Amino acid sequence: MKTAIIVFPGSNCDLDAFNAILQCGGEAEYVWHMERELEGFDAVILPGGFSYGDYLRCGAIARFSPIMEAVKKFADSGRPVLGICNGFQILTEAGLLPGTLLRNKNLKFICKGTFLKVESTCTPFTSMIEKGRILKIPVAHGDGNYFVDNSTLKDLEENNQIVFRYSSPNGDTSSLFNPNGSISNIAGVSNLRGNVLGMMPHPERVVNVLTGGTDGSFIFRSLFSMLEGVIASEAVNS
Amino acid sequence: MKAKVFVTLKKGIADPQGFAVRNALDSMGFFGVKEVRIGKLIELETRDGIEITAETVEEMCRSLFANTIMEDFSFQFQGEEK
Repeated sequence: MKTAIIVFPGSNCDLDAFNAILQCGGEAEYVWHMERELEGFDAVILPGGFSYGDYLRCGAIARFSPIMEAVKKFADSGRPVLGICNGFQILTEAGLLPGTLLRNKNLKFICKGTFLKVESTCTPFTSMIEKGRILKIPVAHGDGNYFVDNSTLKDLEENNQIVFRYSSPNGDTSSLFNPNGSISNIAGVSNLRGNVLGMMPHPERVVNVLTGGTDGSFIFRSLFSMLEGVIASEAVNS
Repeated sequence: MKAKVFVTLKKGIADPQGFAVRNALDSMGFFGVKEVRIGKLIELETRDGIEITAETVEEMCRSLFANTIMEDFSFQFQGEEK
């Protein structure tokens, strides 16, 4: 079970993602953005950071990196892809996820702990978490204000694509608990198929009690148990 | 050959930057301004002897300069308006 951590010029959460994978019992390998292949990998993570200095728009230039063709193919084949923070922005720019991320409503860079309500367990990253569970995972971004038009928002709701919403510690998802102005408090969305997830909060930063909690490990452990199931069923079928 | 590309937030999308600047104008005493919206100006200059068409610039806008979920774009070649 090997996870590729894509490294763009300006990625800065790649090391945390690598360690989080290891800490949660997986195997990880860095893949430089100039590569063109993702053979031998079972999952892909696009980590946070400031790829290409956020020039033009966050993620706008990284989406044209050579590796992105391979990421698209990987996603189209139904295998799991997770974009965290800048990785989320890159996935929306690449058209692998709906919507876009605008400047935070209050114009500030927000770096703090947030509570997320798990709204969908139809993704490999949330399949082991009970629906409605509250996870404490921090955000750190200047452009995390998720936006889609109203008809797309309706589609997202109907198709269970809203995976996380910002909430109170008790699960209240009213606008009081919206840190950045995101439409409908959305903190994470998936594609229609559910195998591609983008989220602004950083689960890789909370996999150790020494550094603020372990709620992020739910996401990586879900991924691993899904992959184990896939590998086991492939072994039975072959 | 030169072109100017203008990228602006779509109507209906809040522009907190523009709002902050409008407030600054208010505090300076320029009360006449109702709304400020901030966009980007991108200037292009082609390599010597190379001409580019409106279709090419449009393609650049759609694929790179603007995110059409949240932004509109327009462009003009030097000296003309499109």
